[in-house]
Amino acid sequence: MKPPPFEYVAASSAADAVEALRRHGDEAKVLAGGQSLIPMLALRLARPVALVDINGCGDLEGMAESRGVLTVNALARQRGLERWARERAPLLAEALRWVAHPPIRNRGTVVGNIVHADPASELPALLLCLDGEVVARRRGGERVIAADQLYVAPLTTSLESDELATAVRFTLPPEGAGWGFAEVTRRHGDFALVGCAAVLALDGADVVTHARLGFFGVGGTPVRSGPGESALLGQKATPARIGEAAKAAAAALRPDGDLHATAEYRSTVAATLAERVLAAALGRCGKAA
Amino acid sequence: MGAKLFGASVRRKEDPRFLRGEGRYVDDIKLPGMLHAAFVRSPHGHARILSVNTDAARRMSGVAHAFAFADLERWMKPLPLFGSIPPGLAARVDVTMKQVPQLAMARDRVFFVGEIVAMVLATSRAQAEDACEAIEVAYEPLAAVVDMVAAAEPGSPVLHAEWGDNVAIHFATGFGDTEVAFRGADVTVRERFHTQRYVGMPIETRGVAAQWDARDGTLTTWNGTQVVHFVQQGLVAALGLPPHKIRVIAPDVGGGFGTKATGYPEDLLIPAAAIASRRPVKWVEDRREHMMAAAHARHQIHDIEIAARRDGTMLAVRDRIWVDLGAYNSWGIVLPYNTVAHLLGPHRVPSLSVECRGVVTNKTPNAPYRGAGRPEAVFAMDRIVDCLARELRMDPAELRRRNYLSEADMPYELGIPYRDGNPLVYDSGDFRAALDSALSTIGYDALRREQAELRARGIHRGIGISGYVEGTAIGPYEGAVVRLDASGRAVVATGACCQGQGHETSFAQIAADALGIPLDWVTVIGGDTAAIPFGVGTFASRSAVNAGSSIHVAAGKVRDKIAEAAAALLEAAPADIEVSDGTVSVRGAPASSVPLARVIQSALPTFAKPGLVSPDFEATVYHHQPTVTYTSAVHVALVEVDPGTGSVRLLRYLVSHDCGKVINPVIVEGQIHGGVAQGIGGALLEEMVYDEQGQLLTGTFMDYLVPTAMELPPIETVHLEYPSPRNPLGVKGIGEGGAISPPAAIANAVEDALAPWHARVTRTPLGPSVVLDLIRRATRS
Amino acid sequence: MRRAVRVTVNGALHARDAEVRSTLADFLREDLDLTGTHVGCEHGVCGACTVLLDGEPVRACLVLAVQVDGREVTTIEGIAPGEGLHPVQEAFWAKHGLQCGYCTPGIIVSACAFLAEHPAPTHEEIREMLAGHLCRCTGYHFIVEAIAEAARNMAARKA
Repeated sequence: MKPPPFEYVAASSAADAVEALRRHGDEAKVLAGGQSLIPMLALRLARPVALVDINGCGDLEGMAESRGVLTVNALARQRGLERWARERAPLLAEALRWVAHPPIRNRGTVVGNIVHADPASELPALLLCLDGEVVARRRGGERVIAADQLYVAPLTTSLESDELATAVRFTLPPEGAGWGFAEVTRRHGDFALVGCAAVLALDGADVVTHARLGFFGVGGTPVRSGPGESALLGQKATPARIGEAAKAAAAALRPDGDLHATAEYRSTVAATLAERVLAAALGRCGKAA
Repeated sequence: MGAKLFGASVRRKEDPRFLRGEGRYVDDIKLPGMLHAAFVRSPHGHARILSVNTDAARRMSGVAHAFAFADLERWMKPLPLFGSIPPGLAARVDVTMKQVPQLAMARDRVFFVGEIVAMVLATSRAQAEDACEAIEVAYEPLAAVVDMVAAAEPGSPVLHAEWGDNVAIHFATGFGDTEVAFRGADVTVRERFHTQRYVGMPIETRGVAAQWDARDGTLTTWNGTQVVHFVQQGLVAALGLPPHKIRVIAPDVGGGFGTKATGYPEDLLIPAAAIASRRPVKWVEDRREHMMAAAHARHQIHDIEIAARRDGTMLAVRDRIWVDLGAYNSWGIVLPYNTVAHLLGPHRVPSLSVECRGVVTNKTPNAPYRGAGRPEAVFAMDRIVDCLARELRMDPAELRRRNYLSEADMPYELGIPYRDGNPLVYDSGDFRAALDSALSTIGYDALRREQAELRARGIHRGIGISGYVEGTAIGPYEGAVVRLDASGRAVVATGACCQGQGHETSFAQIAADALGIPLDWVTVIGGDTAAIPFGVGTFASRSAVNAGSSIHVAAGKVRDKIAEAAAALLEAAPADIEVSDGTVSVRGAPASSVPLARVIQSALPTFAKPGLVSPDFEATVYHHQPTVTYTSAVHVALVEVDPGTGSVRLLRYLVSHDCGKVINPVIVEGQIHGGVAQGIGGALLEEMVYDEQGQLLTGTFMDYLVPTAMELPPIETVHLEYPSPRNPLGVKGIGEGGAISPPAAIANAVEDALAPWHARVTRTPLGPSVVLDLIRRATRS
Repeated sequence: MRRAVRVTVNGALHARDAEVRSTLADFLREDLDLTGTHVGCEHGVCGACTVLLDGEPVRACLVLAVQVDGREVTTIEGIAPGEGLHPVQEAFWAKHGLQCGYCTPGIIVSACAFLAEHPAPTHEEIREMLAGHLCRCTGYHFIVEAIAEAARNMAARKA
């Protein structure tokens, strides 16, 4: 399982990388963490003419939080975010614990995972739940793609072939918000059969003022559930309402069946997980992280 | 002669090199001028080959050769077949069997995805793979046959035209009168059970390296095989060379499990390539190849019924069995008959009637894998026993207690032969004692009380039991050469090969005890046809008994020769000579003690005189093992099922087992743990899946799910000891046992957990989607 | 296409021209003759190829050789201090934590890094770390005990 031949370009800056991408049209692929790309090369499922390695781009390192928005640059590793998030964003830390295994997370990048767009991946769903966006740069300039405009189909985003995703932004949950996260896997670290994340915030009268409910492993892309969220917004979050919201959310999903689970399984369990995750989020509301 | 090392958990002599990363596996072998091989493998489950064009491949960078069938035709003899029916078996059971030989490289047709069509030799593996993509093969796809039951019916497309059908093996056998028993029974229960296709999946894939020395016409081949002498025999037939000109070496091997104990095309193709190219050649299988080209296993359907009295006494079992053999019937009678021979296990059942069909389909050919038919048989039997218990409203433990054989029943003759053609007679063991010890150690009664309390709180736990009796250590022989060097160190060469079982230690323990020398004075060499001319190999849990016995007897003969030489040197009677820790003395006269090297030295002639005795400190023994010896165990599994997601969590797993006398207890425990882990994989996670066109859908580790440390609990073991009367050491085989019961025990536990839903578990693996579906269907009906 | 790589492996600097599509695993094994790092799947799941890159465990099959230019790699051959054995290796030996040895180097390398970050791990934490390593021989039971034993021994030595 050796990769097919390719030309290797070691970019020294984001501008350099963008130029290399432009030069090769849609025949080039960006190499960041490589944890998704290199297996595809080994299986010869991807045959790029050129690999543009961005690991030497100093201007793509780092991550920082400012005014409730976390910006994660292209070379920030999943493990780095996992460590940072333990204090400041436990939902992200919990989700990252489920991404493969530490040796993969030591190399894999947050941005890379998000634009790889595997429908069973955790981070894309979190991008939706945290009102995220991707910063994409090409030769002409930069644009921002909102999370709900990003995911098109399995392994396909709205990024153009000459665009480099330079950063991802997450809006951290509001003060006092609770979060929940769950996924069903057959083994720890596997892609999810189905998964769910939620963020809830309440006002002084226990009325839901902020609701985000996201699913992964439920079709070609991650899903943010309008029906689920609207069933809760402006309401008191009772167990019964949570149950209804979960059912409504699951009913709107159109999951696929595959080797590991039927479509009916995914729908049924999406509802179960949503209920558990919303209850957990509710339980965490108003408490310290 | 002391037996001070036998029975001791000494740490392994082979470990330092593995710990340091200094093992030498096939891929670590580098030979000057070596070429790397890659194969073109069929992408179709069933197709005619119309043409193969290697022209473009030959011109590519780094390519030395590209071979299609015609280029290697002179070596294309049929691959060896196994599993011929021993005369003793043929006399008792009427078996219809067909085997069609496989060619190392397909010529006219391909019968499974992964079958070899062409080969490239290049300077690097990457370049060889590039060139493989440039080989043009024109196929005419044919209808694929994938359902084993449908494949056995008339009207199905036929794989091998000369057969007329796809039934490679058919036989019926039994004893007693099942008709009468079923008619007179108070209760009968019938169900169809399905064991999926799953495999050994060692972490090291297969690999072969070969070097042809044209000057003296010798071939040396390194092969990660469990059966060096079988590979040698295959090469003798194909290459037309005498055995001593073909040396087959199994270096360090990263796990075998039976997957590496069968004959493969690459065993021949790599040596042939080395001869054709006049350069050393190495091939290391990648994981994707392994999934499609290394032997598959399991995959059976049992339509089984049991008849019993109201008090639970079993009267009869009837079983109709299908075995999906994959594309060729390479293993003959072995898997189907193993299944039948192990069906009744520890239960006393006065009558049996079985009918078995082995069917070919367009899938990777099957070969025996850890358990080899026994897990499937035990699954069917233990499941139907639990179904019977439910029907009788009896505790499944109690039902087994009433029907398990015990020591008082030994020797116990089943009414059918074993697969070696000899009578099937359980020689030792107490299955009821194993059951009792398993249940008491796990705290069965307390678990039942806890189960009831938790169920009331919506937590669903289940307990499952499974028991097996296993014929181990099939013969007919294994050999050992034990030879001392001038310093008194011993080299033990045997036909048994090692893939992690610790032979370098356990066999050394036997030899060191028998010789009276320290453990680190013994070097064990397995897996080299140049070290011993005749051998069988390591599979079927046979090495401790077969190789162990031959080592024990051969070392004993060498010790006798030491005694003779020492008697001459020390002027005493041989019977008064003691050998201990490498020193030799006369009993009762410690001052007489001399180093063993001195005794050996005294046997060498000098100019002045002949040696005191001949310097022959060597012995060769081939231990004859006409039939198997029986181990047994009871496994108990405790699971918790999440009815919201269908996830099954394995909380506890306990094994109470007998494997006779034990050479090295910690090595035995390790074998049990490993077998249990593979069995748990089969119960919950692992499956090789094909679609209707014979396409293999599980192609990587993303889809074929090997259990990790988080899916396995600590494995609790209880050791019983019922020595084997069938070999001088009293040992029995333990390599496979752990893998036999887990699917049955876990399926029983899951069904027990789902009792409130009256679900019936009929298949494995029990993934979340399958379990939730059981709950949903039961809830609806 | 080849490219110069200067990499420190187990404390020794190596300068080579690496094939750009060569993985670090293949580079270590073929170019540097360090065959202790084993290849089990080439798609990052089995963990047999795990090495330390600047002290952190990574899959050598999922890193290109050209990507370690200027970096430090530690393989199983660099774990033991000189002629002896590292406490983790000693513990595996004492506890029968290996059978065929093929997955062992990756696990030992991972365990060394893990114990540096978790000097007193629970069995659960050990199993979670091990989940990134497939073993087909041992059922993991004695591997867990070996790592726990290594943790105790290393802590005792510090005390």
